[in-house]
Amino acid sequence: MAEELRRIQLPLTPELAKTLHMGDNVLLTGTIYTARDAAHERMTENLKKGIPLPFDPKDATIYYVGPTPAEPGKVIGSAGPTTAGRMDKWAPEMISLGARGMIGKGKRSASVIEAVKKYSGCYFGAIGGAGALLAKHIKKCRLIAYEDLGPEAIRELYVEDFPVTVIIDCEGNDLYKSGRAEYLKLHNEKKQ
Amino acid sequence: MRDIDVSVITDEIEKMCMHANRHLPKDMQEGIKACRACEDGPIACTILDQIIDNFQTADKEEVPICQDTGMACIFLEVGQEVHFTGGALYDAINEGVRRGYTKGYLRKSVEADPIRRGNTGDNTPAMITVDIVPGDKVKITVAPKGFGSENMSALRMFKPSAGLQGIKDFILETVENAGPNPCPPIVVGVGIGGNFDHVALAAKKALLRPVDSHNPDPFYAALEDEMLEKINELGIGPQGLGGKTTAIGVNIETLPTHIAGMPCAVNISCHVTRHETEVI
Ligand code: SF4
Repeated sequence: MAEELRRIQLPLTPELAKTLHMGDNVLLTGTIYTARDAAHERMTENLKKGIPLPFDPKDATIYYVGPTPAEPGKVIGSAGPTTAGRMDKWAPEMISLGARGMIGKGKRSASVIEAVKKYSGCYFGAIGGAGALLAKHIKKCRLIAYEDLGPEAIRELYVEDFPVTVIIDCEGNDLYKSGRAEYLKLHNEKKQ
Repeated sequence: MRDIDVSVITDEIEKMCMHANRHLPKDMQEGIKACRACEDGPIACTILDQIIDNFQTADKEEVPICQDTGMACIFLEVGQEVHFTGGALYDAINEGVRRGYTKGYLRKSVEADPIRRGNTGDNTPAMITVDIVPGDKVKITVAPKGFGSENMSALRMFKPSAGLQGIKDFILETVENAGPNPCPPIVVGVGIGGNFDHVALAAKKALLRPVDSHNPDPFYAALEDEMLEKINELGIGPQGLGGKTTAIGVNIETLPTHIAGMPCAVNISCHVTRHETEVI
């Protein structure tokens, strides 16, 4: 597992995604889009009616977050990841449309892992509950769709050196499984 | 009788909602630091450092610790000699939540209807629990609760034959199922006994206790220690990436129950377990 921090410039092309491996700690710079449950539901419903996504999905990265409102003079409020598994229902479709990167926390389903493998994407984990720290890496924030959804509206963010860990890479490796297994192995060896 | 104008309650709750979301309680701060000192997983140490950095940043800069500023869980212990004046108590509580979440730039996370959805826009209604106690004071506890962890909680109606082992297995199973989702390191609130509704409330109230406190009954205090040790042997670790620190604490609350049952509720909370109390 790499200990070094690697800087990544978005968008996340399939070629770039292929260079990322489970356990890599990376710093993301570039444009990402926020979307949670309600936004995913509306986007996919709209697609059925022929209404396009509010952003270009090609090589896009979606951040599962509902930030707190920005105080006057600030770009955004606290902005840590929400539980990604709730988006599993829609994520494979988003990935098939071109959105390769996802930032969240928590387990993903087998169908999401399959889609990450098939389309060469990546699931990044950000530290859940570290919203005050993560917000410091968000330099611009612009509401682009679904304002009525409040914290669940879609925002375009510009992030600089946004710290994440590769959880699921395009070979389908899952750090939630390996990280824990590796720790337990080390721990049990120490005990003996 | 002591008259208390409900506007006093509103003002207090407004302040407490803002404060609780920005300043992690001391027991949690100390608990997380103690876990960091004992942690032996390399990834885990880095994550715990960032978690500590995060709550210290929130504290210093007066910003929300986490973007999920939760549903406002409000607990009132009202002395039976108190007479509220100037309006309805529940309206006053909700007004305090409304103002605190609006003025404090906290996230409005409440949907008006569970199926048809629709954000209420001001984080009301609060989840209110009122207990009547002797005396003429009002004790207010504000505990904003995020749903990443709430969603991983569970309740099971055990039969007495399941015994203590059944309860132990259920607590471990619930933590195992939760895995990385509730932002570990977690706090585990356990309710045992009562009936279907009261056991859930007991589990929630267990989370209001300081994380380093123990059940006054030595039997349950020992069970708290045992379960904490077992949970931390699972290896889930901070953020579920492996480590010793899966839980910071386990708090158990119990209630008498029916001859035919042994309900158990496990309310999972995260490293941003917020609670603060004021007495009026
Ligand atoms: S589970 Fe807790 S730390 Fe995680 S996002 Fe929710 S409130 Fe924040």
